Amino acid sequence: MSSAAMDHGHSAGGHHTSLPIDNRKLAIWTFIGSECLFFATLISTFLIYRGQSVSGPGPKDIFEVPLVTGGTAVLLFSSFFVVMALNGAQEGNRKKLLTWLSLTVLCGMFFAGMQVYEFMHFYHLGLGYSTNLFSASFYTLTGFHGAHVTMGTLWLATLLKDAIKGNLPPEKSLNLEIAALYWHFVDVVWIIIFPVVYLMSLGN
Amino acid sequence: MRPARAPWRQWLPHGLLVAFLAVLVAGCGASESYPQSTLHPKGDFAEVVDGLFQTTVFWATIIFIGVEAALLYAIFRFRAKPNDPEPAQTHGNTLVEIIWTVIPAAVLAFVAVPTVRVIFETAEIPETSADGSAPLRVDVVGHQWWWEFRYPDLGIVTANELHIPVGRTVDVRMKSVDVLHSWWVPQFAGKRDVFPNRETRIWFTAIDTGEYPGVCAEFCGLQHGRMAFYTMAVAPADFDAWVARRQADSAQAAIRPPVPPSDTTQPAPLPEDPQVAQGRQLFLTKACVGCHALGSAGAPTTVLGPNLGGIGTRRMIASGWLENTDANLAAWIKDPAAFKEGVAMAGVYQVTDAEAAALAAFLRTRQ
Amino acid sequence: MTTTVLDTEAAPARRSALVEWLTTVDHKKIGIMYGASAFIFFLIGGLEALIIRAQLTGPEGKLVSAELYNQLFTMHGTTMIFLAVMPLSAMFFNFFVPLLIGARDVAFPRLNAMSLWVFMLGGIFLNASFIFGAPNGGWFGYAPLSGREFSPGINMDFWVIGLQILGIASLAAGVNFFTTILNMRARGMTLMRMPMFAWATLITQILVLLAFPVITVALIFLMADRVFGTGFFVTAAGGDPMLWQHLFWVFGHPEVYILILPAFGIISEILPVFSRKPLFGYSAMVFSMAFIAFLGFGVWSHHMFATGMGPLADSFFSLATMLIAIPTGVKVFNWMGTVWGGSVRLATPMYFALGFIAMFVIGGLSGVMHSVAPADLQQTDSYFVVAHFHYVLFGGSIFALTAGAYYWWPKMFGRMLDEGLGKAHFWLMFLGFNLTFFPMHFAGLLGMPRRVYTYPAGLGFDIYNLMATAGAFVLMLAFLVFIWNLIKTWRGPANAPADPWGGATLEWTIPSPPQEFNFGEEPVVTGKDPVWTARRAAGVDRLPEPAHVSGKGIHMPGPSWWPLIVSVGILVFFVGFMLPKFWAFPFHPVGILGFAITTVGIFKWAYEPVDAHATHH
Repeated sequence: MSSAAMDHGHSAGGHHTSLPIDNRKLAIWTFIGSECLFFATLISTFLIYRGQSVSGPGPKDIFEVPLVTGGTAVLLFSSFFVVMALNGAQEGNRKKLLTWLSLTVLCGMFFAGMQVYEFMHFYHLGLGYSTNLFSASFYTLTGFHGAHVTMGTLWLATLLKDAIKGNLPPEKSLNLEIAALYWHFVDVVWIIIFPVVYLMSLGN
Repeated sequence: MRPARAPWRQWLPHGLLVAFLAVLVAGCGASESYPQSTLHPKGDFAEVVDGLFQTTVFWATIIFIGVEAALLYAIFRFRAKPNDPEPAQTHGNTLVEIIWTVIPAAVLAFVAVPTVRVIFETAEIPETSADGSAPLRVDVVGHQWWWEFRYPDLGIVTANELHIPVGRTVDVRMKSVDVLHSWWVPQFAGKRDVFPNRETRIWFTAIDTGEYPGVCAEFCGLQHGRMAFYTMAVAPADFDAWVARRQADSAQAAIRPPVPPSDTTQPAPLPEDPQVAQGRQLFLTKACVGCHALGSAGAPTTVLGPNLGGIGTRRMIASGWLENTDANLAAWIKDPAAFKEGVAMAGVYQVTDAEAAALAAFLRTRQ
Repeated sequence: MTTTVLDTEAAPARRSALVEWLTTVDHKKIGIMYGASAFIFFLIGGLEALIIRAQLTGPEGKLVSAELYNQLFTMHGTTMIFLAVMPLSAMFFNFFVPLLIGARDVAFPRLNAMSLWVFMLGGIFLNASFIFGAPNGGWFGYAPLSGREFSPGINMDFWVIGLQILGIASLAAGVNFFTTILNMRARGMTLMRMPMFAWATLITQILVLLAFPVITVALIFLMADRVFGTGFFVTAAGGDPMLWQHLFWVFGHPEVYILILPAFGIISEILPVFSRKPLFGYSAMVFSMAFIAFLGFGVWSHHMFATGMGPLADSFFSLATMLIAIPTGVKVFNWMGTVWGGSVRLATPMYFALGFIAMFVIGGLSGVMHSVAPADLQQTDSYFVVAHFHYVLFGGSIFALTAGAYYWWPKMFGRMLDEGLGKAHFWLMFLGFNLTFFPMHFAGLLGMPRRVYTYPAGLGFDIYNLMATAGAFVLMLAFLVFIWNLIKTWRGPANAPADPWGGATLEWTIPSPPQEFNFGEEPVVTGKDPVWTARRAAGVDRLPEPAHVSGKGIHMPGPSWWPLIVSVGILVFFVGFMLPKFWAFPFHPVGILGFAITTVGIFKWAYEPVDAHATHH
């Protein structure tokens, strides 16, 4: 094989992709697509089992909507914050990146903490995991969402550590971009869960 | 170039064909040899379904023969010969492809239309039977691993042997007390799953008298393989007689020894066989009575074991699996787990061979 | 990711072969390990089938107990689906998709290694259950039988957790191959120039990605019921067994296409090569596969006709199911159109490919019979269904996978398999298969239910069961011939040229077996059959034998321990769910340990030298 041909092999200039999208970005989109089905199944089950519990307590007995509304708002804001952080990373604006990314991580922690508090509160009100169908489907759905938030927060915190060390230059901003995509997805799922689980359960 | 084909390659396909034809013919034998067959319907539901199935088989056979023949033809006709030039490099043919999309679609229509018709035809139970009578309601209760049959309008209960009159539509409603089961008498109707939390229904009308085996068709645990039952389709008059016997067979009366009639003009009954009397006593003392109701009438609504009303005359014991002979009955009572591992009554009591025989003799008197 | 610059002049000290295989991220080695482990699982599943058949030889069989029988049929189904057919397909995905699309590896080589190890550990875990009590609730695990009340033993824990573990492997591979195929094709290889096996893989991965999350959630519910005492499927708590059925079959029906679409792909590769003619109706073949996959999500309830869903639902699912026959018919006819007018060379791969068509047609036609809802009330859960899906999964998938094995073996190992033994294998398998499964149609129509450990005499099933058992042993013989073929040729010379069959696709342009980096020069593609195009342009019958190249300067991802470590962590984590409660821990410390291993492993993996994907290739 000629050396010219060999040169062609690795002088292609970074990574050749067939579609104008990085492998990791395509992969995270694919993963998100798959996750949609995961949450769709959890949410459907919650809806199917709405009002099917044979014993209490039910949603109306325990839900604290103001608290969750606060958590929802924080999570929503964090989606905006992570966009700002990404913008900072792409511009190479260290201060902007660190500020907004820290805020995003704080929001994630606040939401996860809110959920831990909420679960403990419900537990003290007598709603254990296996108390009734409502509790099982509620804790499974929101618990798995909470686990996603926790994972996302950890991921963003790791990137924050990189950024502090100066390891998140503009050419590596994709690292943050894919984490942000995941974070947006987690937010969007909550935007569905919040009305479906909390508001609709109180509605009638 | 190519070595001569070995002779076995010549006869092998023919041999296969002959074997399959033999199998096919065997499957179309007399109904008596295939009492659980879907191909020998003895009920209106099964008959309609069988007709639909035959339609599908008809079209499937045509397609099967056409496709396989074309495939074989292509293989032999286009087999490579030495120094063949490269064949024409066709990439497709839109017209041909449209044709072989449309033709199967058209054939499917011939299947689809009767399918939907039969779905709706069989969905609703007829208001009245063909003979004008109201359908006979039977409540089927699935248990791990036996069948309970209740006739709510007649006030009687039985187990593992259903009696129905020929010509009268039977309205079967099912429920399970534990896991899922599926109720299936192939010669009468398709199967219907049995759920613990909702009632399911199927209906059919028996065309012919006879004894029809049925089975559980949904895997239900350890002894799913031995959860069979029989349906006895009898003439209406015989059915009425059977119902009368069952209605007279009260669960309470059955465990009392026979008493002489107060009317002294009647002859006194023959003294009871001592073995039967011993069996009655054992039935009361060996925990049998804790789970089994002896009579069909006035039986409790929640039961642990099969109702034994008329057990002496049933064709089979052990959920439609053992011929109801005295020897089998005694052996079954002695050690049920030997035949049906995991059965609920195994280990609940201990009896000697003589006691088992006495219990069998007593149960034989329950007509 | 670390990058190794291949440099033969200054070869680094060789790691031991074991370490090399344990840490490899080479898609070809991973493919071989998928194949080897899946083939062993296949033999175990086959052995289970033989015992099942031996038990059913005649009425009132006494070979195994009811309990062992239930374990055997549960494990046979679970093994053949998740541990044999899926990973045997994965063997071909791994080894050949990068070669077919002209790539040097998959998009995420370490993730690929993790998929392999998670699968392999999950498979070993499932089979280890035979020591403690194997799953006994059927491969479909219908609630409430699979719940704690009716299955209190550890048996179904193995099943729930084993499937959960295997699902992780499938989902990771799904993301990986979806990305690989969409993004790592050779220059010039547009989607509509892709080899059909790449298309089949792509569509299969879409099905995996959309179907597996559903069963994952269903298994989470069932596991919660079993471990934490929730009532998702407990009727006393208001739970509904129908929910399990819906979730299971929303996954389960697409799963059927996950098992058969790779077979379609393999057949579509083989037929043109051995007919010396391009695939007939390429676009129709692509769209029919996509259409089958799409419809596959809308027909799940045809597994549930006997539950009595009502006439509207029955009609809908009947008609939707019938629709699938149309694209499937298009595929069969186009395959025959490929053969038609060709120059048909009957080498062993072609025997199996043609056998596939002949057998799959039977499975397809009995499938249409099942779509007729009222008739299905007679057929479902009877041996007719057993016959049907074995015609699809054995007559279909296994015939095609065997065809693929004979076709691609030379490329994988540099050795031609023996043609004489190959044809003996085919005829034994063809005969044994039909003798086993064709009579089951009749047993089913005569009223023999599935999943029964014995049957009484006098119902007319006996002769069909006897035939089926005889056939099963002929099948055993067929696979012994196959194994003998592998052993014999393994001992023989490395005799395979780069292109033994006159192939059309890129894998035939490189040496057999391929070098680690696959392509010395990244290929550029201008049409559907690049090798044939090149051959015609050069005016030759075969392209010259490619030389081995030094590969100097080609960057390939380096080996890594982390995929294996993370996989072990995942297994240990899940084992925590089946251990009894330990002291005051809310979750067993073994599970916590597994979680820790997994988490640390993922971090180490993520930070394993950083220069992730920028430099290699």
